Amino acid sequence: MKPIYEDQRESVYHVDPEHPESPALPTLRTEEMMLNMGPQHPSTHGVLKVVLALEGERIVRATPVIGFLHRGVEKLAEDGTYHQFIPHTDRLDYVCAMYNNFAYCRAVEKLVGITVPPRAEYLRTIVAEIQRIIGHQFWLGTQALDIGAMTVFFYAFRDREILLDFFDELCGARLTTSWYRIGGVERDIPSDLLDTLRRFVAYFPPKLDEYVTFLETNRIWLSRTKGVAVISAEEAVNFGLSGPTLRGSGVEYDLRKFEPYAAYDQCEWSVPVGKNGDTYDRYWIRVEEMRQSLSMVRQLLEKIPEGPIMADVPSVTLPPKERVFNDLASMIQQFKLFSTGFQAPPGEIYCGTEAAKGELGFYIVSDGTGKPYRLKIRAPSFIHMGAFDHMARGYMIADVVTIFGTYDIVMGECDR
Amino acid sequence: MHATAERIQQVFPDAFVKASEWRGDLAIQVSRERLHDVCQYLHDTPDMDFDYIVHVSSVDWPDDPERFEVVYEFYSIRHRRRIRVKARVPEDDCVVDSMTDIWKGADFMEREVFDMMGIRFRNHPNLTRILLPDDFPEGYPLRKDFPLRGKGWRDTFTFIGDKS
Repeated sequence: MKPIYEDQRESVYHVDPEHPESPALPTLRTEEMMLNMGPQHPSTHGVLKVVLALEGERIVRATPVIGFLHRGVEKLAEDGTYHQFIPHTDRLDYVCAMYNNFAYCRAVEKLVGITVPPRAEYLRTIVAEIQRIIGHQFWLGTQALDIGAMTVFFYAFRDREILLDFFDELCGARLTTSWYRIGGVERDIPSDLLDTLRRFVAYFPPKLDEYVTFLETNRIWLSRTKGVAVISAEEAVNFGLSGPTLRGSGVEYDLRKFEPYAAYDQCEWSVPVGKNGDTYDRYWIRVEEMRQSLSMVRQLLEKIPEGPIMADVPSVTLPPKERVFNDLASMIQQFKLFSTGFQAPPGEIYCGTEAAKGELGFYIVSDGTGKPYRLKIRAPSFIHMGAFDHMARGYMIADVVTIFGTYDIVMGECDR
Repeated sequence: MHATAERIQQVFPDAFVKASEWRGDLAIQVSRERLHDVCQYLHDTPDMDFDYIVHVSSVDWPDDPERFEVVYEFYSIRHRRRIRVKARVPEDDCVVDSMTDIWKGADFMEREVFDMMGIRFRNHPNLTRILLPDDFPEGYPLRKDFPLRGKGWRDTFTFIGDKS
């Protein structure tokens, strides 16, 4: 509806210009209202502000205002060695830190040209899929909480704790893990921790069915997700969306299948794809991806090979920790790598990895010195925010939180 | 040379500068005047079909007369291949044509490049700062002549407990 009269005092009756014969109807003066949502809003998952132009409760325009969490990570990368940047990647998507480490280490390995030993590839894939389950549990809980379904939040976070404790034992941190290293992983997973994972793989599927029951018998949750935040396949591709947000529209774009890396070609799994491109389809994809991840972890745990967990390229990869304090050559290697870093060959690469939220890519330009000349992070959350205006138009104010939720947005990654 | 690069060279002989393939990544450099045409061609031609925009980036080479490099990366979901298209721009006239009319996703990505590197995009619908505040006074932080600590703006804030 457009504003009919600029000034209500002139007339409150409106004659439809296309049907002048029909009786004039009384009208109210209407105008667009601007509403600031955020940056301090509980459902914005961090500090995100959206300026909404409203007509009544309908969204006419939505302008995301981002950057509140900008820390200049790309600039910081230019000042440190390649190894020193790994802890920074934890702080991008702090819900799925392992996957950020993974994406970054893969990019540097591609730049330097290192092949990772098979056991390390298996461990990396297992932990990455565990991280994907954590990310999707977190999404499921908070997304349902945002639109009023509180119960599933507690159940999802209860099971998330088991996996976070696993991370705690694995690398000493629950969220900022920094477990991946260029050329391998920091330390091996001990066999008792692998047993923990085996128990989790048996424990989790009935719990997952429980989450599904909570949500799919909740009429309010269903009506607030079905048909909300719809985007067509063509538009989604044109906007550069990725991950479950793109697959919900029916585009089978998954880098784990398209450009298989790590041990993803060593196990049987499929890519769930939605039909309608709405929030419900994306929910279904994430639940299905958790099932696929469990299946992958189960298969990989069975045939995990023995062997080294770090590539043996002394000029680039770190020596085993136990040798650093006993062996002079390893100590010198460690000291050299942490003080001056390694010289990457000059050139540029882009390496994309399918993280829980979408395609997390690193574009690295090297000038042959020990520091990245330029490091660009392709963050899925940032690119998803680019489609926010398009996806929010025409919906109600209350749907804004669903639309944030549908991307699985994390501002640390969006603002970098 | 890679078949896609050869096609670009045949179709745009005046625009093509060079092509390289390293670690499996194909990168072509074209002149900035024809950058939009080349990208339009890559998007529209059925056997190219680069329908997915991966990222827009920029690199600063201060010693080069054409100081900045604008980098577009595209992916073809149907053919499962990627391409990187680059163009160089000089510092005194760092303008390229915006790709927002071809890929809508380029909107935010180009705004970020403008915000961080100061490259302007012609025909962009809303070329404003995106991550930094609109009144950020210090220029463009990803340029190589921008110090890591900033230029002193953040030292002007007074903090609680600050004696000075």
